[in-house]
Amino acid sequence: MLAWTIYISFLGALLLLLLPKSNAAAARVLALLAALVTFAITLVFFLQHRTGEMLTVTDVSWIPSLGIRYHLAADGISLVLLLLTGIIAVTGILFSWNIEHRANEFFAFYLLLIGSVYGVFLSYDLLLLFVFYEIVIIPKYFLIAIWGSTRREYGAMKLVLYSFIGSAMVLVGLIAAYVVAGAKTMALGDLAGFPFSAHFQMWAFPLVFVGFAILAGLWPFHTWAPTGHVAAPTAASMLLAGVVMKLGAYGCLRVAMTLFPLGLAPWGFHVLGLGSWREVFAVLAVIGIVYGAMVALVQKDFKFVIGYSSVSHMGFILLGLMTLNQIGLSGAVVQMFSHGILAGLMFAVVGRMVYDRTHTRELALLGPMDLNKAIPFAAATFVVAGMASMGLPGFSGFVAELMIVIGVWHAFPILTVLVGLGLVVGVAYIWRAMQKAFFAEADRASAAPHAPLPPITLPERLGAIVLIVASVIVGLYPQVLLNIIVPALNSPLFNGLRQGGWR
Amino acid sequence: MSTVNYAQLWQLALPQVIVVAAALIALAVDLLLLRMRPTHTRFTVAALLGSLGCVLAIVRLVLAPAQVNVLDGTLLANPLTHLVQVALLVLAIATLLMATNSRFTEHIGEFVLLILVATVGSMFLASSQDLLVIFISLELLSLSLYILTAFDKHRPHSSEAALKYFLFGGMSAAFLLFGFSLLYGLSNSTSLPRIADAIHASGATGSPLNPLLLIAIVTTVIGFGFKVAAFPFHFWAPDVYQGAPAPSAGFIASASKVASFFIFFQIMAVGFAGAEGSAAWMRFTTGWVPVLAVVAALSMVLGNLVAIVQRSVRRLLAYSAIAHAGYMLLAIASHTQQSLGALLYYVITYALATLGAFGVVAIVEHRTGGDRLSDFDGLSRRAPVLSGCMFIFLLSLAGIPPLAGFFGKFYLFVSVLGSGPGLLWLVVLAIAMSAVSLYYYLQVLKRIYVANPSEEVANASADATTIGTPILSQAVVVLLAAGVVLFGCAPHLLLHWIDAAIRTTGF
Repeated sequence: MLAWTIYISFLGALLLLLLPKSNAAAARVLALLAALVTFAITLVFFLQHRTGEMLTVTDVSWIPSLGIRYHLAADGISLVLLLLTGIIAVTGILFSWNIEHRANEFFAFYLLLIGSVYGVFLSYDLLLLFVFYEIVIIPKYFLIAIWGSTRREYGAMKLVLYSFIGSAMVLVGLIAAYVVAGAKTMALGDLAGFPFSAHFQMWAFPLVFVGFAILAGLWPFHTWAPTGHVAAPTAASMLLAGVVMKLGAYGCLRVAMTLFPLGLAPWGFHVLGLGSWREVFAVLAVIGIVYGAMVALVQKDFKFVIGYSSVSHMGFILLGLMTLNQIGLSGAVVQMFSHGILAGLMFAVVGRMVYDRTHTRELALLGPMDLNKAIPFAAATFVVAGMASMGLPGFSGFVAELMIVIGVWHAFPILTVLVGLGLVVGVAYIWRAMQKAFFAEADRASAAPHAPLPPITLPERLGAIVLIVASVIVGLYPQVLLNIIVPALNSPLFNGLRQGGWR
Repeated sequence: MSTVNYAQLWQLALPQVIVVAAALIALAVDLLLLRMRPTHTRFTVAALLGSLGCVLAIVRLVLAPAQVNVLDGTLLANPLTHLVQVALLVLAIATLLMATNSRFTEHIGEFVLLILVATVGSMFLASSQDLLVIFISLELLSLSLYILTAFDKHRPHSSEAALKYFLFGGMSAAFLLFGFSLLYGLSNSTSLPRIADAIHASGATGSPLNPLLLIAIVTTVIGFGFKVAAFPFHFWAPDVYQGAPAPSAGFIASASKVASFFIFFQIMAVGFAGAEGSAAWMRFTTGWVPVLAVVAALSMVLGNLVAIVQRSVRRLLAYSAIAHAGYMLLAIASHTQQSLGALLYYVITYALATLGAFGVVAIVEHRTGGDRLSDFDGLSRRAPVLSGCMFIFLLSLAGIPPLAGFFGKFYLFVSVLGSGPGLLWLVVLAIAMSAVSLYYYLQVLKRIYVANPSEEVANASADATTIGTPILSQAVVVLLAAGVVLFGCAPHLLLHWIDAAIRTTGF
């Protein structure tokens, strides 16, 4: 049943290409229907499957001569991310209700992207995972290059090249693992159980980890993220920040860390005070948190603020992964969900509610427009999203970041101070953007000539409410996610990780 | 010397005979009966007759499986050669059918004849392990291709490209013949297995190779490096790809590549067995593997980097062909049974994609008058189906899953690494370079999907903005695209066949 999320998305994309070109409304409705069905499937599964253990969905032979199988399976971690994909898919369509230009193709690419994201989260066979992971790249390019804004072709190409270089690194690692294991299997469980030599893991781990982490916005390979997000149309930025960056983080956890756990072990010597890949990536993640926040603090473009905040928040996820303790790792997964929802919400406010109406994202120009009066819903939504993103209790961001910080406290006490600094700057940049964009002193003289902005439409309200509710539910009752994440982390798949430095 | 059984020879060569007969019939019908008819009719009839011959040959190959070796490898028939021949015939059919709406020539019978003769040359090439027959069939193939390149008499580019092709080809044939004569001198035989025996007998393992053998290796690599357009023997490729009429260029890029790579593998792996050497990183030892490794590395780097700056789609395809030749040389360098399978899978799917791309280029050129990148602006709004096919072909060439090009690369790299970790550096280089290649393929797709149609087209009436496509050409292009998708999603369909053929033949 869960496999149908992929097929329905792809079928929807195909149908959209066959629809008559002139009818944008039909395209929207069809796309929304497809996304709703996939969302319903993931939600039902999420609610039913509360044990969190690995559950095979489909398993048939695909390329027998290489022992590669079409094997889809889901455990607690993938279910959380599948649900996130479903939510973002639906709300993304709601927020692109105003797309008129080549609407069929837009939604076809959109559904292709969604379908392959579902595919990545569902794949158990590593070649299959890689196949879906690479398909994601192509629709991303066209979504940004055709429907994007500021420097769209540059942003799109940069994004594609970064992703493709990352996946090339992953491919080298996967082929090497397949050949070294020599077992004619690409199944995640089998390869994770294979005792690769420590020497092999020492070079394979950073290769695959960085390959995936490029897409997760690891500093200093993050530069595609802000430009890509800014250039993308609203729905594409939501997907990009909401789920595509999670693909990278998911790959780090699911592939790099489970296949090569010994790659995290100490080297036995120190370079610049760092003694293992684990410490290297932890430090890079912290730099990402602080750097992303600092840069977000000085942006003039509203969307760049959110773009850099994504880099900062993704740093939390990578740092959580590097803590290697249960609270840190589960915090990282909760943060994947939380950031997916919140980044989606913020990009929706900036890209759809504000930019599509005012046609500017310059904070200095937005201020005089007196937006909290003109579009109060947008202002209110942004305030809520901002509070959640700062980590106020009651929202998902608080739970996730708290868990990660506790994990970091156990693992790298010194880094906690810097993380705290990142959190404080996080409050500051949100505050600044909010103040400048929505609550600046309205300049009555220059505000007059503006035509009244179109009111917020129903699809936008619906989308915003869905996202806020999702964040609040997780914030008030995090067990809804943790109940299935923790058993998944305790499953045999992560045995290697537990033996190799898990504390 | 055993006696020659002519009846058996006839049996073995029957597919080739059928194709030649079809070629002659097509020529006769065209010249005797259809001379006054419009070009399109003549082309359709001739192409259909030719295709019919190819289909009959395929039927014969499929229905009469044989495992025969006449005169110590002079003419072979086994599942493997049959497989390659079927692939060649399919490519020939696709080329013929795509050519039906082109108007570059009035000599239609001759064109079809030459395509089929080239096919016959490549079929003989695939079915021999004897230096003489290999050389003769190679010349038959090459000479036909030179003429096919020059076939567009109205464009000076075409003749210029043909002359360049001919001069380079003649030179490389001389090198090849020189190498073959040295091999004959060393081994007193023209049969590949005998040559390998002689190499084996001449030196204990570890002793340096005979210098004459080294010269033979280098000249053979030069000769075939030219055929497969590997750096630094690639100079003809961009001009020929650009100057030749599109069907000829498509044939040169596809069928001729399939046959050349197959026989290149055979010569190196069978004929030079025992003189491999090693190309492991920092531990080169003399032999033919390091030669190929260097050629492969240079081809990948140069092909991909130069393709980035191309403004003409045909030249871009030419440089991408050089890069792909580099990837495929990896399979020859690792010369295992699995890598032969990987090479065949790669070269066949590559041929489908590149032939299809030329088909699209031909149609676009026909309507917009050129193959510059800007001629493709906004194609998706004017010819959605054609653009969709180009999307599939180019992404397959770039190696994006789930298209055939991706699985070809994956299997190739797995098989190369499976033969030992020595060639890891080449695999890493190849993967890095294929990341570069996505950039220029996307440049073309960007023109097609992102850019808006040029002013004059946008201002023209709705009737003129859509590109009318001839049904037959479009059908062939769509079929090729479907093949690329199918073999990508279900690689086993083709792989199963290749593996079975290699296993029964025993390579």
